[in-house]
Amino acid sequence: MAVFRKIAVAALALGGAGAAIFWWLTVPERLAPDMLAALGTGDTGRGQRIFDAGGCASCHARPKSEGDARLQLAGGVELKTQFGTFVAPNISSDPNDGIGAWSLEDFANAMLKGVSREGQHLYPAFPYASYARMKPADVADLYAFLKTLPAVEGRAPDHELGFPFNIRLGLGLWKQLYLSDQPVVAFAEGTPDKVLHGRDLVEGAGHCGECHTPRSLAGGTEKGQWLAGARAAEGDGVVPNITPEGKDISGWSEADIAGYLETGFTPEFDSVGGTMVEVQKNMARLTAADREAIAAYLKAIPPQANGYPAQQPKPAG
Amino acid sequence: MKKIVFAVAALALATTAAFADVIADRQAVMKENAKQVGTLVKMVKGEAPFDAAAVVAALTALNDNVQKIDVAASFPAGSDKGDTTASPKIWEDLAGFQAQVDKFKEVTAAAVASPAADLDALKAQVGTIGQTCGTCHEAFRVKKG
Repeated sequence: MAVFRKIAVAALALGGAGAAIFWWLTVPERLAPDMLAALGTGDTGRGQRIFDAGGCASCHARPKSEGDARLQLAGGVELKTQFGTFVAPNISSDPNDGIGAWSLEDFANAMLKGVSREGQHLYPAFPYASYARMKPADVADLYAFLKTLPAVEGRAPDHELGFPFNIRLGLGLWKQLYLSDQPVVAFAEGTPDKVLHGRDLVEGAGHCGECHTPRSLAGGTEKGQWLAGARAAEGDGVVPNITPEGKDISGWSEADIAGYLETGFTPEFDSVGGTMVEVQKNMARLTAADREAIAAYLKAIPPQANGYPAQQPKPAG
Repeated sequence: MKKIVFAVAALALATTAAFADVIADRQAVMKENAKQVGTLVKMVKGEAPFDAAAVVAALTALNDNVQKIDVAASFPAGSDKGDTTASPKIWEDLAGFQAQVDKFKEVTAAAVASPAADLDALKAQVGTIGQTCGTCHEAFRVKKG
Protein backbone atom coordinates (compact mmCIF):
# COMPACT_ATOMS: atom_id res chain seq x y z
CA MET A 1 0.00 0.00 0.00
CA ALA A 2 2.82 2.34 0.93
CA VAL A 3 4.54 1.44 -2.33
CA PHE A 4 1.37 2.15 -4.26
CA ARG A 5 1.05 5.52 -2.59
CA LYS A 6 4.65 6.39 -3.47
CA ILE A 7 4.04 5.50 -7.10
CA ALA A 8 0.89 7.56 -7.15
CA VAL A 9 2.69 10.56 -5.68
CA ALA A 10 5.56 10.18 -8.15
CA ALA A 11 3.12 9.94 -11.05
CA LEU A 12 1.23 12.98 -9.84
CA ALA A 13 4.46 14.93 -9.44
CA LEU A 14 5.62 13.91 -12.91
CA GLY A 15 2.23 14.67 -14.36
CA GLY A 16 2.26 17.97 -12.55
CA ALA A 17 5.70 18.82 -13.91
CA GLY A 18 4.55 17.84 -17.40
CA ALA A 19 1.46 19.96 -17.07
CA ALA A 20 3.55 22.86 -15.79
CA ILE A 21 5.93 22.58 -18.73
CA PHE A 22 3.00 22.28 -21.13
CA TRP A 23 1.42 25.34 -19.54
CA TRP A 24 4.72 27.23 -19.73
CA LEU A 25 5.10 26.33 -23.42
CA THR A 26 1.54 27.05 -24.45
CA VAL A 27 0.27 29.93 -22.30
CA PRO A 28 -0.50 32.96 -24.48
CA GLU A 29 2.31 35.46 -24.01
CA ARG A 30 1.54 39.16 -24.15
CA LEU A 31 3.78 42.07 -25.13
CA ALA A 32 6.56 43.18 -22.80
CA PRO A 33 6.28 46.70 -21.30
CA ASP A 34 9.16 48.10 -23.38
CA MET A 35 7.36 47.09 -26.58
CA LEU A 36 4.17 48.73 -25.34
CA ALA A 37 6.08 51.93 -24.67
CA ALA A 38 7.47 51.84 -28.23
CA LEU A 39 3.96 51.92 -29.74
CA GLY A 40 3.59 55.70 -29.42
CA THR A 41 0.34 57.43 -30.25
CA GLY A 42 -0.31 56.54 -33.86
CA ASP A 43 -0.99 58.58 -37.00
CA THR A 44 -4.08 57.89 -39.14
CA GLY A 45 -2.47 58.98 -42.44
CA ARG A 46 0.50 56.67 -42.04
CA GLY A 47 -1.89 54.02 -40.78
CA GLN A 48 -3.80 54.03 -44.05
CA ARG A 49 -0.58 53.13 -45.85
CA ILE A 50 -0.05 50.19 -43.50
CA PHE A 51 -3.68 49.19 -44.07
CA ASP A 52 -3.01 49.08 -47.83
CA ALA A 53 0.37 47.39 -47.48
CA GLY A 54 -1.22 44.70 -45.33
CA GLY A 55 -4.25 44.38 -47.59
CA CYS A 56 -6.47 44.18 -44.49
CA ALA A 57 -9.60 44.78 -46.59
CA SER A 58 -8.88 41.78 -48.82
CA CYS A 59 -9.83 39.43 -45.99
CA HIS A 60 -11.77 41.60 -43.54
CA ALA A 61 -14.12 43.46 -45.90
CA ARG A 62 -17.12 41.42 -47.02
CA PRO A 63 -16.25 39.06 -49.90
CA LYS A 64 -16.01 40.82 -53.30
CA SER A 65 -16.35 44.34 -51.87
CA GLU A 66 -15.46 47.28 -54.10
CA GLY A 67 -15.02 51.00 -53.46
CA ASP A 68 -16.02 52.36 -50.05
CA ALA A 69 -17.47 48.99 -49.07
CA ARG A 70 -13.84 47.87 -48.69
CA LEU A 71 -13.65 50.03 -45.58
CA GLN A 72 -16.55 48.21 -43.92
CA LEU A 73 -14.62 45.48 -42.17
CA ALA A 74 -17.44 43.08 -41.36
CA GLY A 75 -15.35 40.00 -42.18
CA GLY A 76 -16.64 36.82 -43.77
CA VAL A 77 -13.96 35.91 -46.33
CA GLU A 78 -13.22 32.19 -46.09
CA LEU A 79 -9.79 30.60 -46.35
CA LYS A 80 -10.11 26.87 -47.05
CA THR A 81 -6.91 25.14 -45.98
CA GLN A 82 -5.74 21.62 -45.14
CA PHE A 83 -6.39 22.43 -41.47
CA GLY A 84 -10.00 23.47 -42.05
CA THR A 85 -11.88 26.60 -43.05
CA PHE A 86 -10.90 29.88 -41.44
CA VAL A 87 -13.31 32.80 -41.56
CA ALA A 88 -11.99 36.35 -41.26
CA PRO A 89 -13.73 38.09 -38.32
CA ASN A 90 -15.35 41.50 -38.05
CA ILE A 91 -12.60 44.02 -37.21
CA SER A 92 -14.72 47.11 -37.73
CA SER A 93 -14.96 49.70 -34.98
CA ASP A 94 -18.23 48.19 -33.70
CA PRO A 95 -17.72 47.77 -29.93
CA ASN A 96 -19.67 44.49 -29.70
CA ASP A 97 -19.14 42.65 -32.99
CA GLY A 98 -15.88 44.30 -34.08
CA ILE A 99 -12.82 45.54 -32.21
CA GLY A 100 -14.11 49.00 -31.31
CA ALA A 101 -13.69 48.28 -27.60
CA TRP A 102 -10.08 47.13 -27.97
CA SER A 103 -7.30 49.29 -26.53
CA LEU A 104 -4.11 49.91 -28.49
CA GLU A 105 -2.46 47.38 -26.17
CA ASP A 106 -5.10 44.75 -27.04
CA PHE A 107 -4.61 45.43 -30.74
CA ALA A 108 -0.81 45.30 -30.54
CA ASN A 109 -1.01 41.97 -28.69
CA ALA A 110 -3.12 40.56 -31.52
CA MET A 111 -0.81 41.90 -34.24
CA LEU A 112 2.56 41.16 -32.67
CA LYS A 113 1.84 38.22 -30.35
CA GLY A 114 -1.23 36.56 -31.89
CA VAL A 115 -3.20 36.91 -28.64
CA SER A 116 -6.83 38.02 -28.52
CA ARG A 117 -8.27 40.59 -26.14
CA GLU A 118 -9.60 37.69 -24.06
CA GLY A 119 -6.08 36.29 -23.81
CA GLN A 120 -6.55 33.38 -26.21
CA HIS A 121 -4.22 32.32 -29.00
CA LEU A 122 -5.36 33.51 -32.44
CA TYR A 123 -4.93 31.21 -35.44
CA PRO A 124 -2.02 32.15 -37.72
CA ALA A 125 -4.41 32.29 -40.70
CA PHE A 126 -4.36 35.85 -39.37
CA PRO A 127 -0.74 36.29 -40.42
CA TYR A 128 0.74 37.57 -37.16
CA ALA A 129 3.85 35.48 -37.78
CA SER A 130 4.61 38.21 -40.34
CA TYR A 131 3.13 41.12 -38.39
CA ALA A 132 5.37 40.20 -35.43
CA ARG A 133 8.20 41.72 -37.51
CA MET A 134 6.41 45.07 -37.88
CA LYS A 135 7.66 48.19 -36.15
CA PRO A 136 5.52 48.90 -33.06
CA ALA A 137 4.92 52.46 -34.33
CA ASP A 138 3.42 51.05 -37.57
CA VAL A 139 1.01 48.96 -35.49
CA ALA A 140 -0.08 52.08 -33.58
CA ASP A 141 -0.58 53.95 -36.87
CA LEU A 142 -2.77 51.13 -38.18
CA TYR A 143 -4.77 51.14 -34.95
CA ALA A 144 -5.36 54.88 -35.32
CA PHE A 145 -6.56 54.42 -38.92
CA LEU A 146 -8.88 51.50 -38.10
CA LYS A 147 -10.49 53.71 -35.44
CA THR A 148 -11.60 56.08 -38.23
CA LEU A 149 -13.46 53.35 -40.16
CA PRO A 150 -17.21 52.74 -39.77
CA ALA A 151 -18.71 50.40 -37.18
CA VAL A 152 -20.46 47.46 -38.83
CA GLU A 153 -22.77 45.19 -36.86
CA GLY A 154 -22.84 41.43 -37.21
CA ARG A 155 -20.34 38.69 -36.51
CA ALA A 156 -18.78 36.51 -39.17
CA PRO A 157 -19.32 32.75 -38.77
CA ASP A 158 -16.87 30.74 -36.62
CA HIS A 159 -13.92 28.84 -38.08
CA GLU A 160 -14.65 25.24 -39.04
CA LEU A 161 -11.70 23.19 -37.83
CA GLY A 162 -11.35 19.52 -36.95
CA PHE A 163 -9.42 18.00 -34.03
CA PRO A 164 -6.67 18.74 -33.02
CA PHE A 165 -6.59 22.09 -34.79
CA ASN A 166 -9.64 23.30 -32.86
CA ILE A 167 -7.58 23.28 -29.62
CA ARG A 168 -6.20 26.79 -29.42
CA LEU A 169 -3.74 26.03 -26.62
CA GLY A 170 -1.74 23.90 -29.08
CA LEU A 171 -0.87 27.12 -30.90
CA GLY A 172 1.45 27.96 -28.02
CA LEU A 173 3.76 25.22 -29.29
CA TRP A 174 3.40 26.48 -32.85
CA LYS A 175 4.46 29.93 -31.69
CA GLN A 176 7.54 28.49 -29.97
CA LEU A 177 8.61 27.28 -33.41
CA TYR A 178 7.48 30.05 -35.71
CA LEU A 179 6.84 33.34 -33.91
CA SER A 180 9.76 35.77 -33.89
CA ASP A 181 10.17 39.51 -34.25
CA GLN A 182 13.54 39.08 -35.98
CA PRO A 183 13.91 39.78 -39.75
CA VAL A 184 14.05 36.71 -41.99
CA VAL A 185 16.81 38.00 -44.27
CA ALA A 186 19.81 39.42 -42.43
CA PHE A 187 21.61 42.08 -44.45
CA ALA A 188 25.18 43.27 -43.99
CA GLU A 189 25.95 46.62 -42.42
CA GLY A 190 25.68 49.40 -44.98
CA THR A 191 22.76 47.88 -46.90
CA PRO A 192 20.81 50.74 -48.51
CA ASP A 193 17.82 52.07 -46.54
CA LYS A 194 15.63 51.36 -49.55
CA VAL A 195 16.27 47.62 -49.22
CA LEU A 196 15.66 47.71 -45.47
CA HIS A 197 12.41 49.63 -45.97
CA GLY A 198 11.40 47.00 -48.54
CA ARG A 199 12.19 44.33 -45.98
CA ASP A 200 9.85 45.98 -43.47
CA LEU A 201 7.04 46.00 -46.03
CA VAL A 202 7.58 42.51 -47.50
CA GLU A 203 8.43 40.56 -44.33
CA GLY A 204 6.11 42.54 -42.03
CA ALA A 205 2.85 44.26 -42.94
CA GLY A 206 2.83 43.02 -46.56
CA HIS A 207 3.13 39.40 -45.31
CA CYS A 208 4.25 38.29 -48.81
CA GLY A 209 5.98 35.22 -47.35
CA GLU A 210 2.68 33.76 -46.14
CA CYS A 211 1.81 32.69 -49.70
CA HIS A 212 5.17 32.85 -51.51
CA THR A 213 7.09 30.64 -49.04
CA PRO A 214 6.52 26.89 -48.68
CA ARG A 215 5.23 25.61 -45.34
CA SER A 216 6.25 22.74 -43.10
CA LEU A 217 3.75 20.02 -42.12
CA ALA A 218 2.99 22.05 -39.01
CA GLY A 219 2.04 25.00 -41.20
CA GLY A 220 4.99 27.29 -40.46
CA THR A 221 6.89 29.04 -43.24
CA GLU A 222 10.22 27.40 -44.18
CA LYS A 223 12.63 30.29 -43.64
CA GLY A 224 15.38 28.43 -45.53
CA GLN A 225 13.23 28.67 -48.67
CA TRP A 226 12.09 32.24 -48.14
CA LEU A 227 9.87 33.49 -51.01
CA ALA A 228 10.84 30.44 -53.11
CA GLY A 229 7.24 29.90 -54.22
CA ALA A 230 4.82 27.33 -52.88
CA ARG A 231 1.76 25.30 -53.59
CA ALA A 232 -1.30 27.52 -53.28
CA ALA A 233 -3.16 27.17 -49.95
CA GLU A 234 -6.38 26.86 -51.91
CA GLY A 235 -6.88 24.99 -55.20
CA ASP A 236 -4.33 23.21 -57.39
CA GLY A 237 -2.09 26.03 -58.50
CA VAL A 238 1.26 27.33 -57.31
CA VAL A 239 2.39 30.70 -56.04
CA PRO A 240 5.49 31.82 -57.95
CA ASN A 241 9.08 31.93 -56.77
CA ILE A 242 9.85 35.66 -56.36
CA THR A 243 13.51 35.34 -55.39
CA PRO A 244 16.07 36.40 -58.04
CA GLU A 245 16.03 32.74 -59.15
CA GLY A 246 12.27 32.63 -59.90
CA LYS A 247 11.63 31.96 -63.58
CA ASP A 248 8.78 34.44 -63.67
CA ILE A 249 10.73 37.44 -62.45
CA SER A 250 14.43 36.60 -62.84
CA GLY A 251 14.55 38.75 -65.98
CA TRP A 252 12.67 41.66 -64.43
CA SER A 253 14.42 44.88 -63.45
CA GLU A 254 13.54 46.72 -60.25
CA ALA A 255 11.49 49.12 -62.37
CA ASP A 256 9.65 46.15 -63.92
CA ILE A 257 8.71 44.83 -60.47
CA ALA A 258 7.60 48.25 -59.21
CA GLY A 259 5.66 48.80 -62.46
CA TYR A 260 3.90 45.45 -62.11
CA LEU A 261 2.82 46.29 -58.56
CA GLU A 262 1.52 49.64 -59.78
CA THR A 263 -0.21 48.69 -63.06
CA GLY A 264 -0.81 44.94 -62.84
CA PHE A 265 1.04 44.39 -66.12
CA THR A 266 4.16 42.26 -66.46
CA PRO A 267 7.03 43.49 -68.69
CA GLU A 268 5.52 41.22 -71.39
CA PHE A 269 2.16 42.99 -70.84
CA ASP A 270 0.52 39.90 -69.46
CA SER A 271 -1.84 40.81 -66.60
CA VAL A 272 -1.78 39.93 -62.93
CA GLY A 273 -3.92 36.91 -62.06
CA GLY A 274 -5.18 34.67 -59.27
CA THR A 275 -5.09 35.90 -55.68
CA MET A 276 -2.36 38.40 -56.64
CA VAL A 277 -5.06 40.54 -58.29
CA GLU A 278 -6.30 41.67 -54.86
CA VAL A 279 -2.76 42.18 -53.62
CA GLN A 280 -1.79 44.27 -56.63
CA LYS A 281 -4.78 46.56 -56.15
CA ASN A 282 -3.53 47.21 -52.62
CA MET A 283 0.08 47.70 -53.77
CA ALA A 284 -1.14 50.25 -56.34
CA ARG A 285 -2.30 52.43 -53.41
CA LEU A 286 1.16 52.62 -51.85
CA THR A 287 3.65 55.34 -52.73
CA ALA A 288 6.03 54.87 -55.67
CA ALA A 289 8.89 54.86 -53.14
CA ASP A 290 7.27 51.96 -51.26
CA ARG A 291 6.92 49.91 -54.43
CA GLU A 292 10.52 50.67 -55.41
CA ALA A 293 11.66 49.58 -51.96
CA ILE A 294 9.81 46.26 -52.32
CA ALA A 295 11.48 45.76 -55.71
CA ALA A 296 14.92 46.57 -54.30
CA TYR A 297 14.43 44.06 -51.48
CA LEU A 298 13.29 41.30 -53.85
CA LYS A 299 16.44 41.84 -55.93
CA ALA A 300 18.64 41.73 -52.82
CA ILE A 301 17.40 38.50 -51.17
CA PRO A 302 19.12 35.11 -51.58
CA PRO A 303 18.09 33.21 -54.73
CA GLN A 304 16.20 29.96 -54.08
CA ALA A 305 15.22 26.95 -56.18
CA ASN A 306 11.44 26.63 -56.58
CA GLY A 307 9.66 25.80 -53.35
CA TYR A 308 7.06 23.66 -55.10
CA PRO A 309 7.42 20.37 -56.97
CA ALA A 310 7.83 20.41 -60.75
CA GLN A 311 4.62 19.92 -62.67
CA GLN A 312 3.76 16.24 -62.98
CA PRO A 313 3.72 15.10 -66.59
CA LYS A 314 0.10 14.47 -67.50
CA PRO A 315 -0.86 10.92 -68.42
CA ALA A 316 -1.58 10.59 -72.13
CA GLY A 317 -5.17 11.06 -73.21
CA MET B 1 -11.00 -6.34 -80.40
CA LYS B 2 -7.62 -5.05 -81.51
CA LYS B 3 -9.36 -2.76 -83.96
CA ILE B 4 -11.47 -1.26 -81.20
CA VAL B 5 -8.44 -0.70 -79.00
CA PHE B 6 -6.63 0.87 -81.90
CA ALA B 7 -9.60 3.08 -82.70
CA VAL B 8 -9.90 4.22 -79.10
CA ALA B 9 -6.17 4.91 -78.90
CA ALA B 10 -6.25 6.81 -82.16
CA LEU B 11 -9.21 8.83 -80.98
CA ALA B 12 -7.49 9.61 -77.68
CA LEU B 13 -4.37 10.74 -79.53
CA ALA B 14 -6.41 12.81 -81.94
CA THR B 15 -8.24 14.48 -79.04
CA THR B 16 -4.99 15.35 -77.29
CA ALA B 17 -3.55 16.71 -80.50
CA ALA B 18 -6.71 18.71 -81.12
CA PHE B 19 -6.50 20.25 -77.63
CA ALA B 20 -2.85 21.07 -78.20
CA ASP B 21 -3.93 23.12 -81.21
CA VAL B 22 -6.79 24.76 -79.31
CA ILE B 23 -4.42 25.64 -76.48
CA ALA B 24 -1.77 27.01 -78.85
CA ASP B 25 -4.39 29.05 -80.70
CA ARG B 26 -5.86 30.68 -77.60
CA GLN B 27 -2.38 31.41 -76.28
CA ALA B 28 -1.61 33.14 -79.58
CA VAL B 29 -4.75 35.27 -79.12
CA MET B 30 -3.59 36.25 -75.62
CA LYS B 31 -0.08 37.10 -76.89
CA GLU B 32 -1.59 39.30 -79.59
CA ASN B 33 -3.78 41.05 -76.98
CA ALA B 34 -0.70 41.62 -74.83
CA LYS B 35 1.13 43.16 -77.80
CA GLN B 36 -1.61 45.74 -78.42
CA VAL B 37 -2.06 46.48 -74.70
CA GLY B 38 1.71 46.84 -74.49
CA THR B 39 1.66 49.71 -76.97
CA LEU B 40 -0.77 51.52 -74.69
CA VAL B 41 0.95 50.66 -71.40
CA LYS B 42 4.29 51.98 -72.69
CA MET B 43 2.67 55.37 -73.27
CA VAL B 44 1.03 55.32 -69.83
CA LYS B 45 4.37 54.54 -68.20
CA GLY B 46 6.09 57.30 -70.15
CA GLU B 47 8.31 54.85 -72.01
CA ALA B 48 6.81 56.00 -75.30
CA PRO B 49 5.32 59.39 -76.26
CA PHE B 50 1.53 59.70 -76.46
CA ASP B 51 0.48 59.09 -80.05
CA ALA B 52 -3.26 59.36 -80.76
CA ALA B 53 -3.05 57.49 -84.09
CA ALA B 54 -1.13 54.62 -82.50
CA VAL B 55 -3.73 54.47 -79.71
CA VAL B 56 -6.53 54.10 -82.24
CA ALA B 57 -4.58 51.46 -84.15
CA ALA B 58 -3.82 49.43 -81.02
CA LEU B 59 -7.37 49.65 -79.65
CA THR B 60 -8.82 48.65 -83.03
CA ALA B 61 -6.51 45.66 -83.37
CA LEU B 62 -7.24 44.65 -79.78
CA ASN B 63 -10.98 44.90 -80.24
CA ASP B 64 -10.93 42.97 -83.56
CA ASN B 65 -9.02 40.23 -81.83
CA VAL B 66 -11.25 40.17 -78.76
CA GLN B 67 -14.54 40.11 -80.69
CA LYS B 68 -13.38 36.90 -82.34
CA ILE B 69 -13.09 35.02 -79.02
CA ASP B 70 -15.48 32.06 -79.13
CA VAL B 71 -15.67 30.28 -75.80
CA ALA B 72 -17.25 27.11 -77.18
CA ALA B 73 -14.60 26.73 -79.90
CA SER B 74 -11.54 27.79 -77.92
CA PHE B 75 -12.38 26.26 -74.54
CA PRO B 76 -13.84 22.81 -75.24
CA ALA B 77 -14.38 20.60 -72.17
CA GLY B 78 -11.16 18.78 -71.30
CA SER B 79 -8.84 21.47 -72.64
CA ASP B 80 -7.66 22.33 -69.12
CA LYS B 81 -5.31 19.36 -69.55
CA GLY B 82 -1.93 19.95 -71.13
CA ASP B 83 0.40 22.91 -71.31
CA THR B 84 -2.19 25.49 -70.29
CA THR B 85 -2.91 27.81 -67.40
CA ALA B 86 -6.68 27.66 -68.01
CA SER B 87 -8.26 26.88 -64.64
CA PRO B 88 -10.72 23.99 -64.25
CA LYS B 89 -13.03 26.67 -62.84
CA ILE B 90 -13.80 27.72 -66.44
CA TRP B 91 -15.78 24.50 -66.91
CA GLU B 92 -17.22 24.53 -63.40
CA ASP B 93 -18.69 27.98 -64.05
CA LEU B 94 -18.98 28.26 -67.81
CA ALA B 95 -21.68 30.93 -67.56
CA GLY B 96 -19.48 33.06 -65.31
CA PHE B 97 -16.56 32.67 -67.69
CA GLN B 98 -18.73 33.59 -70.69
CA ALA B 99 -19.91 36.67 -68.78
CA GLN B 100 -16.28 37.76 -68.29
CA VAL B 101 -15.53 37.29 -71.99
CA ASP B 102 -18.65 39.29 -72.89
CA LYS B 103 -17.53 42.03 -70.49
CA PHE B 104 -14.11 42.09 -72.18
CA LYS B 105 -15.81 42.49 -75.59
CA GLU B 106 -17.92 45.36 -74.22
CA VAL B 107 -14.88 47.12 -72.75
CA THR B 108 -12.74 46.94 -75.90
CA ALA B 109 -15.68 47.93 -78.13
CA ALA B 110 -16.38 50.95 -75.91
CA ALA B 111 -12.69 51.89 -76.04
CA VAL B 112 -12.64 51.83 -79.84
CA ALA B 113 -15.83 53.89 -79.93
CA SER B 114 -14.17 56.68 -77.94
CA PRO B 115 -10.39 56.27 -78.06
CA ALA B 116 -8.37 58.32 -75.59
CA ALA B 117 -7.41 61.72 -76.99
CA ASP B 118 -4.82 62.54 -74.35
CA LEU B 119 -2.56 60.83 -71.83
CA ASP B 120 -4.89 61.22 -68.85
CA ALA B 121 -7.77 59.68 -70.76
CA LEU B 122 -5.47 56.87 -71.88
CA LYS B 123 -4.47 56.17 -68.29
CA ALA B 124 -8.13 55.72 -67.37
CA GLN B 125 -8.80 53.61 -70.46
CA VAL B 126 -5.81 51.32 -69.84
CA GLY B 127 -6.87 51.08 -66.19
CA THR B 128 -10.31 49.79 -67.20
CA ILE B 129 -8.87 47.33 -69.70
CA GLY B 130 -6.28 46.10 -67.19
CA GLN B 131 -8.94 45.55 -64.54
CA THR B 132 -10.96 43.50 -66.99
CA CYS B 133 -7.91 41.34 -67.71
CA GLY B 134 -7.22 40.96 -64.00
CA THR B 135 -10.78 40.13 -62.94
CA CYS B 136 -10.97 37.24 -65.39
CA HIS B 137 -7.43 36.01 -64.65
CA GLU B 138 -8.19 36.20 -60.92
CA ALA B 139 -10.97 33.63 -61.20
CA PHE B 140 -10.13 31.60 -64.28
CA ARG B 141 -6.37 31.32 -64.66
CA VAL B 142 -4.13 29.14 -62.51
CA LYS B 143 -0.34 29.22 -62.20
CA LYS B 144 1.35 25.85 -62.58
CA GLY B 145 4.77 24.65 -61.51
